[in-house]
Formats: sequence, structure tokens, C-alpha cells
Amino acid sequence: MSKIHIPTPLRQFVGKQAAVEVTGATVAEAMKALLTEHPELRRHLYTEDGKLRAFVNVYVNDEDIRYLQKEETAVKDGDNISIVPSIAGGMA
Amino acid sequence: MATTTTEIPVTLNKDEILRYSRHLIMPEVGMEGQQKLKAARVLCIGTGGLGSPLALYLAAAGVGTLGLVDFDVVDYTNLQRQIIHSTADVGRKKLDSAADKLTAINPYLNLRTFDARLSSENALELFREFDIIADGTDNFPTRYLVNDACVLTGKPNVYGSIFRFEGQASVFATEAGPCYRCLYPEPPPPGLVPSCAEGGVLGILPGLVGVMQATEVIKLILGVGDPLIGRLLLIDALGMKFRELKLRKNLECPVCGTHPTVTKLIDYNQFCGMRGEEKSVSSGVPEIQVEELKRRLDAQEDVFVLDVREPHEYQICNLGGHLIPLNDLPKRVHELDSSREIVVHCKMGGRSAKAVEFLRQAGFTKVRNLAGGINAWSDRVDPRVPKY
Repeated sequence: MSKIHIPTPLRQFVGKQAAVEVTGATVAEAMKALLTEHPELRRHLYTEDGKLRAFVNVYVNDEDIRYLQKEETAVKDGDNISIVPSIAGGMA
Repeated sequence: MATTTTEIPVTLNKDEILRYSRHLIMPEVGMEGQQKLKAARVLCIGTGGLGSPLALYLAAAGVGTLGLVDFDVVDYTNLQRQIIHSTADVGRKKLDSAADKLTAINPYLNLRTFDARLSSENALELFREFDIIADGTDNFPTRYLVNDACVLTGKPNVYGSIFRFEGQASVFATEAGPCYRCLYPEPPPPGLVPSCAEGGVLGILPGLVGVMQATEVIKLILGVGDPLIGRLLLIDALGMKFRELKLRKNLECPVCGTHPTVTKLIDYNQFCGMRGEEKSVSSGVPEIQVEELKRRLDAQEDVFVLDVREPHEYQICNLGGHLIPLNDLPKRVHELDSSREIVVHCKMGGRSAKAVEFLRQAGFTKVRNLAGGINAWSDRVDPRVPKY
């Protein structure tokens, strides 16, 4: 089992949880497990042709998967997967 | 634009030595560090949630030249977190209010205020007059503008961002480090990520993140410690957890990569998919004005009022409408009767416009958006309804 950390703006789609436990040997498998359980998340994370959106970054532990094997990056038991979207707030 | 500070050797007078004594007795700052602070020129973009603590601490710490860019006016909803402004400042320009506090804290401060919206036309010229840029803005177009202008002028971008009880901080656009576009090449499409005004923000959070930005600014000036270059700090105030992610310079980055495609500032509103401000408030769906709704309700006409805000907003104030939060609408649409006339409202008209669009696509024909939302109702029909 690994843990996927859900950022605040997306928690409303996963029953307000901060993290979701999933099984999967790769990032793609773990994300698939997440989306099977919480299908409403899909449009926020993936484009219509199934690509991870450009303003959503995925990390395994503290590494950006873009610099590992992307969605084929291996995930071990106990790894932390983080979804990190851009947020803009500050002034208003 | 005012003239730049000239390179005179910086010295501290007796009063300043006393004022900065707790810095001067630390070896990490000392006289040399304090002189570096005095010689430094820092530009804060925005004097809001992040800008407030940032500017206050930088002024107190003895940063010599502080620039502030803002065009906004203080309102009551700012006071919960924008601690540089006080109740008596409501209605004043944020720049004037901030200038009073900052010069009261430190009369030695050379404060430079720019009463303007940062834009592709003024950013480069402005940034060139400063050493470090601190980004305390609240929207994607300005975030990308600040980043690109920092890369193009070679100034570090001390970044902080907040949402509800979560924050991010980093230092972008240093010579060796990544920039904001290395992390996020493109902004989210409008409407997918809620803004602070829609999503809310815990008042202390910009305090926490703004002080982190101030810390990073001071470290960059002093050249001490380990700055947040190549690291993204994630702050979760509810769990009080701090996590750190590695950031890498993206060689294919459109601005700071090896073959940049962005070599001058662009139209950032267009880049972020929006034209002008608050476009969503009137997005072409059929509308009804608050006065007309009031008249029809008073005449007991058959109008079904649908409120698409969140339950906690309904608790603040409501028009007695049927509550279905926008996100729940697809799965609860069966609660609505398409033969009846429906008026949809939210706080300001943005979310309800989306709901109207959705309902029309779902086959509802007698559905209209309440222009300006419950805030307009409060302004123009019933001032007893609180605004938030």
C-alpha cells in the first residue's frame, strides 16, 4: 500500500480526506486505483485524451515523476505519492 | 519612474546601530550583514495577505529600499488577514495604508510605491530597479508575469502561495535554480481551481507563508543559510505539517531552458485563458436582475430559487432557496422540476452561471442566473442580508 496525498482544492472529490491509501506497483496503477474509487477526480487531473494536466505535478516521495520514469515510475510499499497542483492565492 | 538608489557606501548611524542591535550582535548578520540589508532593494508585488507580513518584517529588519506595487483599496474582508491595514484604513488605497505603517515602524526606510497593476508593459522596467522580487499576488496571470519578468531581468523570485489552509513557498529564477514555469509550464484552465475569494483562506496562513518569504529574502541578501532554491515547501496548517519536494531546472523550460521560446513578456490574461477580470460573473447565460426577482417573489409568482453555494455559505445568509452545491448538481439534478421557472444564484454570479449552463445543456429551458448573486441582493434589495 502506498499513500496518495490529496491537495486541499481536490479534497472535496475524495470525501474530504487528506490522503488515500492505494495499491499499485507504478504511479499509473496507483492513480488508476484512486480514480476508480473517486471518479470525479479524473477531469481535474487528466485531460480528455488521458494526459496528466500541465498544472498538476506528481511526486513519489520528494521526486517529481517527470524526472523519473513518469507515470511508469515504480511505487513501493510505504511510498508517499503527492499530487501538487499550482495554487495562486495570496493577495485578495 | 523614480531614480534608482546610487551606490554610496552604506553606513549606519548611532540610532540605526541601536535599532538593529539584535542583528549586529549575531555573527550571521553583524555590521556587514546589516549594511547589506540597508543597501538591498526589494520589490513586493501586492500588499495583501502575503505582502503584509512580508513588508512589515522587511521594513523592521532594515531592508533599505522597499518597493510596493498595488492598485487596490482596503475593504472589510481584507482585515481578517492583511495585518498591515487596520479598520480605519477601509476605503483607503492599500499603498497609502501600508506606507503609514511601514514608515512608522522604520523611518529609515526608503519606501517606493507604485500605484499600478503590474503588467507586461511596466514589469521589466520596474524589476530592473530592484535586487529581489517577492511575489505576493493572488492570480495566475500575475504569477506567470512575475516569473517571466524575473527570469528576463535575472532577479530572484521569492514565491509564496496559499489556499484555505495550505501553502507553498520557494525561491525561483535564480541563476542556477528552476523557475515557476519549470514547475508548472502552464496554468490551470479558468474555473478549475477556485480563487481565494471563492475558496477562502485561513487568516493566519498568509502570515505564516509571508514570513517564510521574508526569511528567504533576508537570507538571499545576507548570503547565509540554505535558501529554498530547487525546493518547494508545502505547508499544511491544519496538520501543521511541512513537506519538501525537489524541484529541478527544466532544460526544456519555455523561459529559462536552453532554447527559450518566451523571450519577452506576453499577454498573460490570454495565456491563462481569461479576458479581463471576473469574466465568469457574466458569461452569456440568461440573467435576471435582483430587483426583478424581488418583484416576482413579492407577487408570489412561481419562481424556484436554486442556491448553488456551499452549506457553510448558506449558513451565513440565504434567500430561502433550495441548496444544491455546484459540484453536487450533476448527481442531484433530479431534485429539480424542469417545467418550473428556475432562478439560480451563488455569492456573486460566477458559479451560478456555470450551473445555468449545465442545466441548459441538461434540457432545462426556463432557467436564469441571478446577476451579481446574493451580494447584489444585499446591495440593491435587502441590506439586512450580510455580505461576505
